[in-house]
Amino acid sequence: MTNKLFKHLKFLTPGERINDGFTEESPRPRDWEKMYRNRWAHDKVVRSTHGVNCTGSCSWKIYVKDGIITSETQQTDYPSNGADFPEYEPRGCPRGASFSWYTYSPVRVKYPYIRSDLYQMWKEERELGHDPVKAWSNITSDPVKREKYVRARGKGGFVRANWRDSCEMIASAIIHTIKKYGPDRVTGFSPIPAMSMVSYSAGTRFLSLIGGNILSFYDWYADLPPASPQVWGDQTDVPESADWYNTKYFIIWGTNLPQTRTPDAHFMVEARYNGTKVVGVSPDYAEYEKFADVWLPARAGTDGALAMAMTHVVLKEFYVDNPTPYFIQYAKKFTDLPFLVTVDQKDGEYRTGRFLHASDLNDNQELGDWKTVVWDANTNSVAFPNGTQGHRWDGDNKWNLNLENENGSTINPELSFLPMSEETVQVEFPYFAHEQGDVVRRGIPVKHIQDKAGNNLRVTTVYDLMMAHTGVSRGLPGDYPVDYNDPKPYTPAWQESITSVNKQHVIQVAREFADNAARTKGKSMIAMGGGTNHWYHSDQIYRSILNLVLLTGSQGVNGGGWAHYVGQEKVRPVEGWQTVAFSKDWGSAPRLQNGTSFFYFATDQYRYEEKSEPKETQWGSKYQDMHPADVNALSARLGWLPSYPQFSQNSIDLVKEARENGATTDQAVIDSIVDKIKKGEIDWSIENPDDPRNFPRVFFNWRSNLLGDSGKGHEYFVKHLIGGDDQVLADTGLSWKPETVNVKDKGAEGKSDLFVSIDFRMTSSGLFSDIVLPTATWYEKFDLSTTDLHPFIHPFNAAISPPWEAKSDWDGFREISKVFSELAKEHLPETEEIVTSPLGHDSKDEIAQPNGKILDWRKGEVEAIPGKTMPNFAVVKRDYSNVYQKMTTIGPNLKKGYGMKGIKLPGDKVYEELKERLGVSKREGIGKGHPDLYTDIKAIETILLMSGASNGKRAVEGWENLELKTGQKLREIAEGREEEAFTLADITAQPRQTLSSPMWSGLEKDGRRYSPFTVNTEYSIPWRTLTGRQSFYLDHEMMLDYGEGLPTYLPPLTKGPYVKGEKEAESNGPSITIRYLTPHQKWGIHTMFTETSAMVQLFRGWQTVWMNEKDGNSIGLKDNDWIEVYNRNGAISARVVLTYRIPKGMAYMHHAQDRTMGVPGTTVGKKRGGTHNSVTRITAKPTHMIGGYSQLSYGFNYYGPTGSQRDTIAIIRPLKEVNWLEN
Amino acid sequence: MKIKAQVAMVMHLDKCIGCHTCSVTCKSTWTNRPGTEYMWFNNVETRPGPGYPKEWENQDRYKGGWELKNGKLRLKAGGPVSKLKNIFYNPNMGTLEDYYEPWTYDYENLLNSPKSENLPVARPKSMITGKYMDKPEWGSNWDDDLAGGSEVVPLDPNIQHMQEHIAMEYEKTFMMYLPRICEHCLNPSCVASCPSGALYKRDEDGIVLVDQEECRGWRFCTNGCPYNKVYYNWNTHKAEKCNFCYPRTEAGLPTICSETCVGRIRYIGVVLYDADKVKAAATVEDPQDLYEAQLDCFLDPFDPEVIEEAEKAGINNEWIKGAQESPIYKMAMKWKIALPLHPEYRTLPMVWYVPPLSPIMNHVTNEDELNTDGYIPAVDQMRIPIEYLASLLSAGDTEVIRNVLLKLTAMRVHMRSVNVGGIDELQESKLLEEAGLDVETIEEMVRLLGVAKYDERFVIPTGRREMDDDLHYKQGACSLEDLAPPEGMVTYPFERGS
Repeated sequence: MTNKLFKHLKFLTPGERINDGFTEESPRPRDWEKMYRNRWAHDKVVRSTHGVNCTGSCSWKIYVKDGIITSETQQTDYPSNGADFPEYEPRGCPRGASFSWYTYSPVRVKYPYIRSDLYQMWKEERELGHDPVKAWSNITSDPVKREKYVRARGKGGFVRANWRDSCEMIASAIIHTIKKYGPDRVTGFSPIPAMSMVSYSAGTRFLSLIGGNILSFYDWYADLPPASPQVWGDQTDVPESADWYNTKYFIIWGTNLPQTRTPDAHFMVEARYNGTKVVGVSPDYAEYEKFADVWLPARAGTDGALAMAMTHVVLKEFYVDNPTPYFIQYAKKFTDLPFLVTVDQKDGEYRTGRFLHASDLNDNQELGDWKTVVWDANTNSVAFPNGTQGHRWDGDNKWNLNLENENGSTINPELSFLPMSEETVQVEFPYFAHEQGDVVRRGIPVKHIQDKAGNNLRVTTVYDLMMAHTGVSRGLPGDYPVDYNDPKPYTPAWQESITSVNKQHVIQVAREFADNAARTKGKSMIAMGGGTNHWYHSDQIYRSILNLVLLTGSQGVNGGGWAHYVGQEKVRPVEGWQTVAFSKDWGSAPRLQNGTSFFYFATDQYRYEEKSEPKETQWGSKYQDMHPADVNALSARLGWLPSYPQFSQNSIDLVKEARENGATTDQAVIDSIVDKIKKGEIDWSIENPDDPRNFPRVFFNWRSNLLGDSGKGHEYFVKHLIGGDDQVLADTGLSWKPETVNVKDKGAEGKSDLFVSIDFRMTSSGLFSDIVLPTATWYEKFDLSTTDLHPFIHPFNAAISPPWEAKSDWDGFREISKVFSELAKEHLPETEEIVTSPLGHDSKDEIAQPNGKILDWRKGEVEAIPGKTMPNFAVVKRDYSNVYQKMTTIGPNLKKGYGMKGIKLPGDKVYEELKERLGVSKREGIGKGHPDLYTDIKAIETILLMSGASNGKRAVEGWENLELKTGQKLREIAEGREEEAFTLADITAQPRQTLSSPMWSGLEKDGRRYSPFTVNTEYSIPWRTLTGRQSFYLDHEMMLDYGEGLPTYLPPLTKGPYVKGEKEAESNGPSITIRYLTPHQKWGIHTMFTETSAMVQLFRGWQTVWMNEKDGNSIGLKDNDWIEVYNRNGAISARVVLTYRIPKGMAYMHHAQDRTMGVPGTTVGKKRGGTHNSVTRITAKPTHMIGGYSQLSYGFNYYGPTGSQRDTIAIIRPLKEVNWLEN
Repeated sequence: MKIKAQVAMVMHLDKCIGCHTCSVTCKSTWTNRPGTEYMWFNNVETRPGPGYPKEWENQDRYKGGWELKNGKLRLKAGGPVSKLKNIFYNPNMGTLEDYYEPWTYDYENLLNSPKSENLPVARPKSMITGKYMDKPEWGSNWDDDLAGGSEVVPLDPNIQHMQEHIAMEYEKTFMMYLPRICEHCLNPSCVASCPSGALYKRDEDGIVLVDQEECRGWRFCTNGCPYNKVYYNWNTHKAEKCNFCYPRTEAGLPTICSETCVGRIRYIGVVLYDADKVKAAATVEDPQDLYEAQLDCFLDPFDPEVIEEAEKAGINNEWIKGAQESPIYKMAMKWKIALPLHPEYRTLPMVWYVPPLSPIMNHVTNEDELNTDGYIPAVDQMRIPIEYLASLLSAGDTEVIRNVLLKLTAMRVHMRSVNVGGIDELQESKLLEEAGLDVETIEEMVRLLGVAKYDERFVIPTGRREMDDDLHYKQGACSLEDLAPPEGMVTYPFERGS
């Protein structure tokens, strides 16, 4: 005290006056300043990240002081992008910056919880002396008991449990289910491995070993752009964000870069200073418009029309009026534009047919059904260029893009038959912009070619078809527009009435985009995302936009091409991860089920389809008029899509029965089962979704908030899967009924016996679960992260050990597997089951069904042959009591080799290297002596060692393998980095730039920025498509039936808010019907971060819906008023945000706010308001269900129907009474 | 000449993506404790809009900053006499309504809810009263991205002062972001407002602080600062404000808000100025002259005379070098693209801003009108009215803004011409001339604004702790002063170093 006083006195002398006497300079005690210095001080900084399906994949510094996680800031130490290039620092956004709040927050799940009704029954059973499996069986087999705990879901009443009881209950439920119904009634949903590969693998490895279903997510989320497999045969491959700096013309099209690609947006902003022009396309004045030079305000969902008009301008100006040599060379070598297509006559009208095949002309070619044909200008005859689907599988080494004949002579493909046309025919092109089934007739030049049987075929080129279809007049007869101002499809004037975008702007932007590409050899880029991708017709919107980058030679060029970002799907060390995740090292056969189909049936959404009234149209169609559930069932039986559960009969019993009937070999078992299927003695589960035998009995939800976030058709999830209180307002009596799928009068409710969520926070999913297990947060475990947006691989590290009773996902599933194996010893001896799998992309299955013809064995159109006209069948052994041993060690099957995308890596050496790096298991059992996989850290090391992206030897081995098929020299792509072998310690010291591996298509050598398909354009590697080139034309029967052979404009669906004749909610004043959109939000990544106090205070708290202020005022709303949003699917309560920034007629309820905070009841449904997905329902597009045909073949998260829910119409009205629905 | 050095900041608004990361990292570092809920040392405002606290630019209401009265500089809120009169009641201070009632949620209910009829929910709860509230009514960023539309936007005081009509219509929408921290002014009115002398401007780096031991909670600083950047902590009953992260800058690190800025819009560097010119600069008659007057206080760090004087004033070589390499010097003084926020408040703020570009208006449809050069739109067709930017950054002088926008545009046009071509050479050279830029300067600008390497954005010499007493003692006792003998090393009975 005296000391302080003394110090004060010391400073009391008057200071010096300066600044004209205005300022006094005086010393003063400043010891207090240490206060803030102490706050800033910390004990350690730990590198970790956030695992949240965000594509950010940002590396963070986590500060720990006094053993407490205090805060986080972004790492700034990424490897450099080069001397004259902006860097990847810092990476991170406000959402990630708020994460540390969760560690000690009141939403933290600290202990295992079980709902009291269930826990009580369990304890009673156990106290009676029943063993766990018996206990579970007693509870779920008793309808009264089951009803009691199922109906309690979503109604509070959790009690604290412990890990042992929880694991026992889970293991018992699984064992009971396997015995009674089969292993494919155990299902797990966990999305986006790239966001935390090891935590993902924890659950999927377990499910793979027991034969459970693993659900896909990328397609279910509708983040998968189906156009990508359609055009390129590739799931998704896009430029890293730094490549945006290389572009010279950047169109941002329906992806809100500042808001959703926050850490990357600066590359776009900075490119502008380097001379890049930026154009923004969005229905609202989105944040990215701030950076645009021009804003094209296209109406929501009409992007395809805008793109088609731009395509029209580019084709006319840069191909017809002023042919641009760069574009033409590119089109010939890298696209299907020069390939020949038949023109078929039917009822006096001409339509486009399928690609001409080598087998049409002669029988000299191996796999001639799969070799497409061009017209060679050098020889003035047909030619069969390398690189087609046929070349991929014919065993030769000609799978490359070199334009040469067998004898090595050069092919110069003609793009057009216009100069040598033998006939002009009027072809009918589908035109559905205004009316489904319309056509336009336009003349095209054709040549006549004799097929091998001597028939005269009319053929044309894809190029000529594109010209005619898009309405570019070349003096040919037909319904062509006169000029840009002629409102015929697809001119700039035509699009104006659809999109409302000024036609002059369209002409200018299209022209500039192409001119820029011509000047820079392809540095024109288009960023696209959820705003353009989440629609029902996403594929057509995307294909129309992709026209622009393909026609301007911008794809496969640094600074050019598409830049699609929706979802963190890119697992860079993919081949190693896949081996661990699906326990391929033990040779287990995982059941990889496409999520969209699964949920469509599991949540009974198929019961709520709106009737479309078939009518006679010019473009008569067969499959258009089929119920999507019927197409899905067809797709399952033809082997196109996976379908689990497989059969109403238990897959274990089916094998047992076959064995009992004398089948000695696996093949005999399969034959006898297929025979029964043909006779209809075995039921397909997909055709009996409401049969209790087919219910998804045990459901795991981890790393996910399925019910609060991605569960589109939320109310259907609650009603049918969960059995909780729902607000479905639809009348199924008026629904469209499928023909082959059995619809019962009443949909089953509460299908799931046990719903388990594993999370560190309480979400809607937790609220509806039976068991909630506490997991470690991202700052409390070890894992790996990668993304599309940057080229690095970097880790999660534990800043503190998991507090309370939290366990990492790896440890949690290991515990479950341990208890499971113990119980299995008695209850589930080693057994066999039958496992079906679809015809897969990147395997010979993709040439199973030639000509894209749909032939149904059930109708006798073709023989039922597994792996050809129906799914593959395999007899698989399940060794249930050894699941724990297998979970925790690397199995010997690895030695046989591994890989994906048609590339195989040798496994022997890897297995030995793993032994060295991981050590071997000393635990007694079958795993003893195998590489040890006990901890998450060991799983990390395994993935790193096994993958080309993180291990130079693997990269070189991969390229060598691809050399065999392509005959190209590829080794050099990875040479020079061969010695690199990342470890966890390496990537913890600093994120490492991944290596070029053949699992991906970008070149990363010499500090180059990742740009997709540069491997294809620079090393002549084909795309994995029918022609081997980038596709404009898709000739599958169903595509043509839908009128979607070529990119075209299809308007958004206008279903809802009710179906005709449906009873609507009672009117209580003014309301407005709007297009309801759910773009990604600013204050969370999905539902994550939305609860943190920073995210709550930075806007308005939850939930909110944005709409135009005039629309709002018209129903008496003021800003921040309560509203309810509803339609036949359900009801939401929220507060309204009024603005003039978005146009009239639409509303944004940002995905995904969850309903856990501040949500009162609705007056429509009288229940707690739902989530943003309560008024949505998925509409799967049947064309995505095609399979067994080249790039239109199934791949997990790769191709398949997307769960699109964007095309929604809903009603908004004031919420008159705020009722918190408290007891 | 009285040379002083200050660490200053420039925010390049054209780069701002409005993400608020700066606000969050700042908050987790400094103000996530009871009493500071509503404190945002750093906040980001969507403009047009009322800002935070609401309508803070309305000085008729808050009476912040300085004014000229009879040619004399005085606090707008009045001098010591009127202060004393109102010491227990400050009529100009912002109220809870101008800020907001911070809220949280009853999160525990999600896990702890007993068996109930309905799905449990976490209801909103006031952090002031602890009572349930139906819904929050205002927040620190309530109007993000024009939320609230024409109910809220017109509250922006800048709009109210504009001649030009601002259409609040879909087609004519414009917006920009304005991130704000304490301005660490050369002529801080908060310091002058404090009856206790608790606020001070640090001599060595110009950072303005509230002494947490001296503050008596009178709260005259909260509105005395025209930027309303001093907050009152209801828990400690003291004022707190942005401290420019001095614990970091002293170590040569950028502020938290700067390092974590993912738009990479922030630049920090040293500025040398003549403290003897401050009063005169703040006293110029015409508010539109304040910008030039403040520039006039700044010193050329390459001028030998300045260097000599600086050395005499005890400013070491690293700081002089820092001033020479300072990105602030380049942007504010050399290229004149950064401008002070509301210079008319006469506080001579030290956080400056580069005004943003914006898209052209869509009603420009004539093809010839679309471009000056074929690709990059012309300044006068941009959406954000120049008058609006002038109201923020140049006391209404639109020519100042126009000049900056011309420079940014000329830079883009030139770089496009170099990298792509297709630009009319004649028009390009005319544009460069009008903008007053040569090619060398443009390339320097692209490097700093576009490439923007970390060590070029942030040039921060470490704190001059060598000026402290008894550093040998501090080395050992650092952060343990409570344990170490308070008198320092003199208590050793033996010679140091022996």
